Amino acid sequence: MAPLKIKKGSSSHSAYNLRDPNAEVVERHTLAVVVENEPGVLARVIGLFSGRGYNIESLTVAEVDHTGHRSRITIVTVGTPHIIEQIQAQLGRIIPVHEVHDLTVEGSSVERELGLFKVAGTGEKRVEALRLADIFRANVVDSTLENFVFEITGTPEKIDAFAELMRPLGLQEVARTGVAALSRGSKTQA
Amino acid sequence: MNKTMTGAKMVVEALRDQGVDTVFGYPGGAVLPIYDEIFQQNHIRHILVRHEQGAVHAAEGYARATGKPGVALVTSGPGATNAVTGLTDALMDSIPIVVLTGQVPTFMIGSDAFQEADTVGITRPCTKHNWLVKETDTLSATLHEAFHVATSGRPGPVLVDIPKDVQFATGNYTEKKLRKSHYQPQLKGDIDAITELAKAMETAKRPIFYTGGGVINTGPAGSQLLRELVEATGFPITSTLMGLGAYPASGDKWLGMLGMHGLYEANMAMHDCDLMINIGARFDDRITGRLDAFSPKSVKAHIDIDASSINKVIRVDIPILGDVAHVLEDLLKVWKSRGRKTNAEAVSKWWDKIRTWQAVDCLKYKPSSTVIKPQYALERLEALTKDHDRYICTEVGQHQMWAAQFLGFEDPNRWMTSGGLGTMGYGFPASIGVQMGHPDALVINVAGEASWLMNMQELGTAMQFNLPVKQFILNNERLGMVRQWQELLHGERYSHSWSDALPDFVKLAEAFGAKGIQCKDPADLDDAIMEMINHPGPVLFDCLVEKHENCFPMIPSGKAHNEMLLGEASTKGAIDAGGAVMV
Repeated sequence: MAPLKIKKGSSSHSAYNLRDPNAEVVERHTLAVVVENEPGVLARVIGLFSGRGYNIESLTVAEVDHTGHRSRITIVTVGTPHIIEQIQAQLGRIIPVHEVHDLTVEGSSVERELGLFKVAGTGEKRVEALRLADIFRANVVDSTLENFVFEITGTPEKIDAFAELMRPLGLQEVARTGVAALSRGSKTQA
Repeated sequence: MNKTMTGAKMVVEALRDQGVDTVFGYPGGAVLPIYDEIFQQNHIRHILVRHEQGAVHAAEGYARATGKPGVALVTSGPGATNAVTGLTDALMDSIPIVVLTGQVPTFMIGSDAFQEADTVGITRPCTKHNWLVKETDTLSATLHEAFHVATSGRPGPVLVDIPKDVQFATGNYTEKKLRKSHYQPQLKGDIDAITELAKAMETAKRPIFYTGGGVINTGPAGSQLLRELVEATGFPITSTLMGLGAYPASGDKWLGMLGMHGLYEANMAMHDCDLMINIGARFDDRITGRLDAFSPKSVKAHIDIDASSINKVIRVDIPILGDVAHVLEDLLKVWKSRGRKTNAEAVSKWWDKIRTWQAVDCLKYKPSSTVIKPQYALERLEALTKDHDRYICTEVGQHQMWAAQFLGFEDPNRWMTSGGLGTMGYGFPASIGVQMGHPDALVINVAGEASWLMNMQELGTAMQFNLPVKQFILNNERLGMVRQWQELLHGERYSHSWSDALPDFVKLAEAFGAKGIQCKDPADLDDAIMEMINHPGPVLFDCLVEKHENCFPMIPSGKAHNEMLLGEASTKGAIDAGGAVMV
């Protein structure tokens, strides 16, 4: 492994160039990709990941600026620093991509995901599920005498933890949105 | 000013607006309205190819030889799928071409209509960008944007898919305009990084310029500035296959091509250098050999317009994102203003070392007076054509590497070869495109017989449009490069690497009305080549060469630059199991 070189021209406010680019350690990064809202743009982004063998852990997309025709794609991916850097550069080559931000290295960010959980049960299990949902601040959005649908928002880890707890209590079905993320503070991406 | 017209007319109008004078194409149901408009005008010449792959390669050849974007027009479905190889080829080699495809009418899209294919879906990964136009009102703006994207930044192929109803409908024509596209690649390099490179050049003891197709793509100014920089510094220069001609082969700083079949001196200098200045090349695997042994002692600078090329395979110390010509201009300015310094004494010693490698004479081969050696054929071709206004195309394989080794290129845009994709069948249609761009020039396609047969139907095109392209076929009745690898890697089991039923190329030429020449005696070769040059029409030159000649030097797969095989070396066991996995 080559020694870490800190080059002139590295921007002082970014930690990006200070990480060892040759590290073999696999990292999880959240990328915010601001794109022109046009047909096929999602296919271009996904095709890039499959075509070049990159990972997608989660992906969300929606229009965020109707008049400006902008959509925002949030991608959670894993790879070595070198791979992450390549992913960013490759995304930048896509013509309708306006901006690519690696939220994981550009300062702190907030990440949220929404999950819907269908849990079936009666008696003590049903009460326990409801009690845990309360602890996790999950809302009941649908209910019958035999089941609930919970809505929970939080970090992916929180939703993972909730899923683990619900499993023995009659978890039947899960839908998750994938991660949406914004950087903290006054900084904006688009 | 608003002009109203049909979509079909808009296509012709937009091409005119973009300065297009030549279109390579093949008609079909979904492009009939556009062909009807082509019929009714005289500004754009349409060259009818014999296969859509030929149209795209011809457009590539035209683009590479003229520096202008090439244009191809094909129909929907099979027309579009036949264009895929050419699009991928152009993407790999960064060639600006605009491919227009017809599509079934919008109301039939998705119904599995006759000759329907998901063209934008199929070509998404093999174009720089593509568009499906759904409204006539947006067609002309999309076409202008297509030309902008194809030619800006790192050039590449684009495709515009035009449904038939959009061609028939009327809409407003937007002129090639000032509408600012959001796609505006950065051209100027970071001046701090450029200064850092200039400083490194001042102290380097064993510097080398490693240049690539980016120098050609940036335009003639890039080659001009490169030459100035090389002469001013006295540093040696090598180039990839794609970059040949940016620096003249007759220049005294020229080391020849590098890479898998590059010259010994070029590869050794790359391995031992202490400052590598990569200008518009991309550390392709044909260049680097074994990555962990690639030029281990050097500081590496990389000038490239594509951010994703920088640090993709080789981590560099001085990355400079920008257009080659812009960066070279600034680099020269900075280096001159700092006093034009180099470590002349060390560089002179470096040249002494390089001369010992040059003395190895790595291209030497065993001459023969009874059979034509392929190297000899190219040496004679070089001697007899170098003073002509000459353009060279190639197919893919041994002949391509020998052409790169034995032909000298003095100027950019004179050498058209499928570098990245390695497309057999590229050279012949490309030569047609080149000849269209330069009607009076001597255009030669150096071919192997197997590659040439892959797009031989284009002989009809050459005849119809009276394009005097010279097809110089080194015929060894083998897939020479495949055979070479089977010899070196697969225990001399020559599985399907020869053709048993080759045509009589002279009769084949005559069947199309072209001239055929066969030559098998070295003594007759010069006269035969002169006959080819002097014939005013297309010539098929069947040069029967030594059948078992191997292409050397060679860096076997999985080996480093300083582990080259030279011609006379024993090749048995030269490639180990790890290397055999690679192509």
